[in-house]
Amino acid sequence: MNVLIILIPVSLVLAGLGLAAFLWTLKSKQYDDLDGDAWRILVEDENVKDD
Amino acid sequence: MTISACPACSAAPLAQEIAARSTGAGDIVLSLPSIHCAGCIGTVERALMAVDGVTEARVNLSRKRVTIAATGIAPEQFVETLEGVGYEAHILDAPMMASVETDNEGRKLMLRIAVAGFAMMNVMLFSVAVWSGAAEATQKMFHWLSALIAVPALAFSAQVFFRNAWQSLRVGALNMDVPISLAIILAAGLSVYETSIGGESVYFDAALSLTFFLLVGRYLDHRTRIAARSAAQELSALASPNAVLLVDGVQRTVPVTTLNVGDLIRVHVGMRVPVDGAVTHGGSDMDRSFLTGESLPVHVTLGDQIAAGEVNLTGPLTLRVTAVGEDTTLARMAALVETAEGARNKYTALADRAAQIYAPAVHLLAFVTFIGWLTLSHDVAFALNIAISVLIITCPCALGLAVPAVMTTATGRLFRRGLLIKNGTALERLSQIDTVVFDKTGTLTEGHARIDTAAMDETTLALLAALARASHHPVSKAIAAALPNATSSAEITDVTEHAGQGIAVMWHGQPVKLGSGKWLGCATSPALKIGDAPAIPLHFSETLRVGAIEAVAALKSAGIPVHIFSGDTAEAVDALAAKLGPTSAHAHMLPADKMARIKQLSDDGAKVLMIGDGLNDTGALAQAYASISPASALDASRAASDIVLLSRSLAEIPDAIRTAQSARLRVLENFGIAAAYNLVAVPVAILGFASPLSAAIAMSASSITVLVNALRVK
Repeated sequence: MNVLIILIPVSLVLAGLGLAAFLWTLKSKQYDDLDGDAWRILVEDENVKDD
Repeated sequence: MTISACPACSAAPLAQEIAARSTGAGDIVLSLPSIHCAGCIGTVERALMAVDGVTEARVNLSRKRVTIAATGIAPEQFVETLEGVGYEAHILDAPMMASVETDNEGRKLMLRIAVAGFAMMNVMLFSVAVWSGAAEATQKMFHWLSALIAVPALAFSAQVFFRNAWQSLRVGALNMDVPISLAIILAAGLSVYETSIGGESVYFDAALSLTFFLLVGRYLDHRTRIAARSAAQELSALASPNAVLLVDGVQRTVPVTTLNVGDLIRVHVGMRVPVDGAVTHGGSDMDRSFLTGESLPVHVTLGDQIAAGEVNLTGPLTLRVTAVGEDTTLARMAALVETAEGARNKYTALADRAAQIYAPAVHLLAFVTFIGWLTLSHDVAFALNIAISVLIITCPCALGLAVPAVMTTATGRLFRRGLLIKNGTALERLSQIDTVVFDKTGTLTEGHARIDTAAMDETTLALLAALARASHHPVSKAIAAALPNATSSAEITDVTEHAGQGIAVMWHGQPVKLGSGKWLGCATSPALKIGDAPAIPLHFSETLRVGAIEAVAALKSAGIPVHIFSGDTAEAVDALAAKLGPTSAHAHMLPADKMARIKQLSDDGAKVLMIGDGLNDTGALAQAYASISPASALDASRAASDIVLLSRSLAEIPDAIRTAQSARLRVLENFGIAAAYNLVAVPVAILGFASPLSAAIAMSASSITVLVNALRVK
């Protein structure tokens, strides 16, 4: 059962990372135009820089 | 940038960076009602980026808008650019839109959902371990860990409910948030107590999933309302708030609100008159259909009074302002709306009605359970434990989702068809209507008069076009504008204008005249005379709006009677009614008549849907049970109606009614599901058999059932 001492913090940290990632996407307005983003994958990119 | 396995991944940060750009103060926002696919996004953005000085153009498809970052370019130029590539565009007032765009409340709700969801999943992890047999020290540790996560998470996430409940209690009322808050607080309190004594009834997971699902419901509800508010904002941002002021012969564009009585303003062709005024220079034909429902243009000249809201059709005018703001005819007519005490103000949403019954019932049930067990067992802690489990089980998780989930689905579906729902209860009211009243000019018809050319042969048409185009008289210009676009002109010579009478030309050696009926010996004006043949009277006729016939036919086949209320002449109204098939048509109706007729219909028990665009319809729109106005309508009419039709076609209206009916059915079904779940769970809880596990299962199952059912809206 001692393994719990490692596993519990690990699970909490992983879930916390998920939460942080979600908050970041929320903050950077990635949910503002869901319909548009779905279509945009079909748009030809013309001004993407080659690097 | 690092090399990435797939091209999409390396493009993603770029897209994200662009998406992160907020609407800055100097940005231009245009509304694009007709965009719908990837092709549209590409065409619009490419066309705008090609304009010199544009640094950024980003389409938002969900909102049907484009935001442009550019310096030193007038928004009107972009409208032209987009019209050039085939897209209708309207300028939006960027600062006004920005206040809606930054949806802080929604973002805060989302944050609370995220925290509740995170805590719920972690606590559930520990709970599953406990349910599957972790005992003694392990169980105790897991319970303490759960408490450590759940208590702060609840304190943060459930604040929304606590605040609303407190506000409601302070004024002595009970709303849905009271039982919710009580259940969350009691569940958390009981669980902390049970944890400290090493007991079994730990409800942290139930309290968190309750908070999570209810927050989702709250968020959906908020989204629907923000969409409605944004729509309303967008509409008022559409109205041109500017006028062209003349100071010492110099034209200056100023906001309408800064105009004073006595100022001179210029009204260009195609502009809507912003204030009341008298003509001091120029002459033109005015389209008054918005104000009176008349379909034919009215000629104005020096000294004539013009009311705000009229559209200048043929020649530039200079006006001396006679009334501004509240005193204009427009504002006075809009005030009619306020006097119409519409049915909508009295309408209580289904969800509120359910809450009014539900909240007291739940409290009573928990209280009776507590008293019952207290008298049976004489153990306060035990009785309290069961009473709390009743509160947790009955907590309106499914009920909180039942309405918002359906409304979000239905509103989204209608928006994709070009209908904007402005009012929260509009869909519910729309589903119940049993009579439809249409306005004529601008609603059933396109609003612009066209010359009736059906009876003319090609030569006559070509001659008419030649004469109308050769003359500078406003009526001729109106005729020229009203001819089908492809009409070619005949070759004419010796053009002479006869002031006050008309225009005469020579064609293949015979005289051809276009002018007043009196001049040409014809009963009606204007008329066309070729050689010695009798003069041909020119009739203006109206074109039906796209889908008008289909919409009326569909409504009738659904058993809904259709009426036409118009301010136009009986002749024009009857001609239209004949095209649409048997309907009850009323002509010569004043704004007050329309209102009175609708009130009378309502008093007879009918639930009337009014569809109109003019200022003369605003009173009727407000009076009716539900109302729709096309996007081309005046600001005041759109403000008075519940739903705005963005697409040109009327054929969507019967569909919208069907969607509303389907949505209402789903809401009622969802109430049924919630009730059925309570019918099973409540007796179990009252008898004291509810366990944290059964509460968690029942709660999630009912919430998901309700959500899935909402997706069935057609």
